[in-house]
Amino acid sequence: MLNRLTRFFASRWGIILTGAVVGVIAPLLQKYGNPKNMGICVACFERDIAGALGLHRTAIVQYIRPEIIGFVLGATIAALIFREFKSRGGSAPIVRFLLGVFAMIGALAFLGCPWRANLRLAGGDLTALVGLAGLVIGVFIGVLFLKSGYNLGRSQKTHAAAGWILPLLMVGLFLLLVFRPVFSEGGPIFFSESGPGALAAPILLALGAGLLIGFLAQRSRFCTVGAVRDVILMRDTHLISGVGALLVVAFIMNLILGQFNPGYTGQPVAHSAWLWNLLGMVLAGLAYTLAGGCPGRQLFLSGEGDGDAGIFVLGMIVGAGIAHNFSLAAKADSVTDGVLTVGGLSQFGMVAVILGLVVCALIGLTMRKKIA
Amino acid sequence: MTKIVDARGLSCPQPVMLANDAIREGEFPIEVLVDTVTSRENVLRMAKSKGLQVEFVPDGDGFKLTITK
Repeated sequence: MLNRLTRFFASRWGIILTGAVVGVIAPLLQKYGNPKNMGICVACFERDIAGALGLHRTAIVQYIRPEIIGFVLGATIAALIFREFKSRGGSAPIVRFLLGVFAMIGALAFLGCPWRANLRLAGGDLTALVGLAGLVIGVFIGVLFLKSGYNLGRSQKTHAAAGWILPLLMVGLFLLLVFRPVFSEGGPIFFSESGPGALAAPILLALGAGLLIGFLAQRSRFCTVGAVRDVILMRDTHLISGVGALLVVAFIMNLILGQFNPGYTGQPVAHSAWLWNLLGMVLAGLAYTLAGGCPGRQLFLSGEGDGDAGIFVLGMIVGAGIAHNFSLAAKADSVTDGVLTVGGLSQFGMVAVILGLVVCALIGLTMRKKIA
Repeated sequence: MTKIVDARGLSCPQPVMLANDAIREGEFPIEVLVDTVTSRENVLRMAKSKGLQVEFVPDGDGFKLTITK
């Protein structure tokens, strides 16, 4: 039985099913309370968690998102049932941390991860096309590095308990969400009272959705960056058929739910400064490719005991703190009294994106260890 | 002589890239060592898409795939 399921999830229908389930669930999470065109966003939700913990103090984006917790723990459950849980790590952890930091800085220049880029497009946000173009360019650059021998070296099997650190951290976050302790007057845990951070689906619904997606994605190896990479590298359309299913199903769901509002400016939690949408996602796409997978995939790998993926996740959460504390994250377009104010990056944000591209290029160029 | 590709502990997509490089060299059989089911599936899918025969057995903490024409 388990073997048959494993074969199914490794098949094209397995990956399409996973993408389709995300495409159904994300618009529903939006209907039940999550921010617009943000039914699921790995980067945004990790940013909200960083805010809840006080790693940044942007009051409108602070919440412990149960979806992220569910992604990790759903993958843990799947890995345990199918005997794939395996503690491993030690493949250039500090580099992976840095890649996570810059992946988040890039993601917050665009205001979303590749998952949300697809969900934004499925909701009619045409700026997402620019972001997705940036993602493809970033992955393409990463593939050039891979072809020229870039790698971060081998991971090693390690103590069983080490693989449990990220899953248990998620259990801890869930307890903080449920009990909402206040650690000092005016201190964390913070929960937004307005803005995107205050918009949330009910906790158990969000957790359940995350667990289901985490389970399916661990089995099918769903990865929005691997999807693009495999097409560029090997003309392999396996993973991208899952992303295609996500996009098409989410689009249909948004039509059914009345959540499809096509346009280029003033889209929800998005900006129309095209150059920085593009370059932000070039940076994020490159960082994800150098780290071996999209931010969702890093969560699923963390859930099955991969400490290197766990370090990348922690890098993204710290990166969100840095992005907001140093005003690197983009401001969304806003419309007041019918007047559109185009959002985008501060000068600091622009410098950070360029710096990130330079750092990632240096990582890609200099870390070419012969492994044969 | 059997060509051995040790892809254990490597991140995606390197196991597939290394196996693909070995296939391009054209000397069979090729043995590919991997340490996760994900890598096993990925190498299997790539080799089968090229019309090659692939079998695998558990090997230590991972798997040994044998690719033949």
